[in-house]
Amino acid sequence: MIEIKNVNKVFYQGDKVINALSDINLNIAQGSIFGVIGSSGAGKSTLIRCVNLLERPTSGKVIVDNIDLTQLSEQELTQTRRKIGMIFQHFNLLSSRTVFNNIALPLELAGESKSKIKSKVEGLLELVGLADKRDVYPANLSGGQKQRVAIARALASDPKVLLCDEATSALDPATTISILELLRKINKELNLTILLITHEMAVVKGICQEVAIIGDGKLVENGSVGDIFAHPKTELAREFIRSTLDLSIPGDYKERLQATRIENSFPLIRLEFTGASVDAPVISHVAREFNIDISILSSNMDYVGGVKFGLMLAEFIGSEDCANKAIQYLKEQKIELEVLGYVS
Amino acid sequence: MSVNAVTMWWAENTRLIELLVDSLWETLVMVFTSGFIGFAVGIPLGVLLHLSKKNGLLENTTLNKALGIVVNIGRSIPFIILLVALIPVTRFIVGSSIGTAAAIVPLTIGAIPFIARLVEGALLEVPSGLVEAAQAMGAKPIQIINKVLLPEALPGIINAVTITLVTLVGYSAMAGTVGGGGLGDVGIRYGYQRFDATVMMITIVILVIMVQMIQSLGDYLVKRVDHR
Repeated sequence: MIEIKNVNKVFYQGDKVINALSDINLNIAQGSIFGVIGSSGAGKSTLIRCVNLLERPTSGKVIVDNIDLTQLSEQELTQTRRKIGMIFQHFNLLSSRTVFNNIALPLELAGESKSKIKSKVEGLLELVGLADKRDVYPANLSGGQKQRVAIARALASDPKVLLCDEATSALDPATTISILELLRKINKELNLTILLITHEMAVVKGICQEVAIIGDGKLVENGSVGDIFAHPKTELAREFIRSTLDLSIPGDYKERLQATRIENSFPLIRLEFTGASVDAPVISHVAREFNIDISILSSNMDYVGGVKFGLMLAEFIGSEDCANKAIQYLKEQKIELEVLGYVS
Repeated sequence: MSVNAVTMWWAENTRLIELLVDSLWETLVMVFTSGFIGFAVGIPLGVLLHLSKKNGLLENTTLNKALGIVVNIGRSIPFIILLVALIPVTRFIVGSSIGTAAAIVPLTIGAIPFIARLVEGALLEVPSGLVEAAQAMGAKPIQIINKVLLPEALPGIINAVTITLVTLVGYSAMAGTVGGGGLGDVGIRYGYQRFDATVMMITIVILVIMVQMIQSLGDYLVKRVDHR
């Protein structure tokens, strides 16, 4: 449905040349929900804006529904954009129009009749669950309701593709879940292809079938969600997943951390579980087998696509010999291990 | 003061009252005619200034710079000088360089760049994301102007209209220079040149009430259309 071929985007900032996107290739199948994840400044916003040519790629092709958008004239592009819906982080609703009239806008632009607009908009209000907010102005809506209006508006012209530009980033976790549920519903009911970009791992995990990781304007990796998170092939992808798990050492621990082992101090260890790790209850096993106590400081474990993965910070309390044996054993189970230091 | 006294003053000063009524009418004609034509030209000019900006919807930096210079020149000439300097133009347009109609020409020309800048400012307040959303929806530039930019900037534009009308009330006081008449002119001639403080006070009171009414109406309308 969406094909992005060798897309490059270069920005010039005075004499500085910024390669916002370099040689991006993506293929998004009809009816799928595809996520692009990356940290801020990675180029994901530029990428999604290239799909409807809000940002014109410096080179490369963007093919949506078998039409190469880069070859169209301004007028043709305007027409074609009506079949590509888009929602935004900050909703971008017109404050001067009621909910009804906001949703009606794309239909007005296309010159639809009053009666058709009315029936269409009322159906959409029903779909997004805002029938009772019909004549309310956006200023009186919550963030989640605003995004629902924006979704209804994006669907008004029966698009084949929906682009979501950080659509849940301004919403709280509970609202995010309800919006994602709505997106999943319309994906199923309308067989709509959804491309979303986000920096939130939870969004990708919650809704996407396929994901691409973008970093520094380059496509680092793409594939099914379970695969990418469980078996990241590249260092960048791994780093990104690690950064989204965000497991930092607490401040007071950091101060007490020493590089060498002294009397009465114990190693602080970071364990990284990946798809390659042996799927077994290793922590309790190690504690029993090697006679150490494991004190978990923090942990961020996840389960996606049948694979457990995540990070854990833990103290291994016991004799030096026992701790080393335990570390050795865990390494054999393909768990990535790093001794961060020793705390007393 | 009894009712009787008022009627007596009224009877004694019929000429003065007629003068005040006539000059009030002249002021209203000058302010609203020049205001109306000023908006008809100034609002599109302000839109054009906004759209032709760098990264604007119809980016055209050459046009933007040229318009900007013209507008700045218009705004930097003191109105009293503009009034006199435009006499040949006025004579060409209305056939005479004196009278109320003649005063409307410089008032309008003075108002246009003023309105244009105010409208430009009002449009600047519209979040760029809205324009982007409209573009993504497949809106043509003219639709973006009519359905997004102008409605969203409406509170700011009404505010600009209010400010302009109040400013025009002030400018119209100088219209006496070219025989335009109006309340300001009466105030100067009777109050300053003839030391008739009463007449001056009356004209000032009428002007104050007029400005208050324009401002209140403007504020009311802004409140009505502002849903931000």
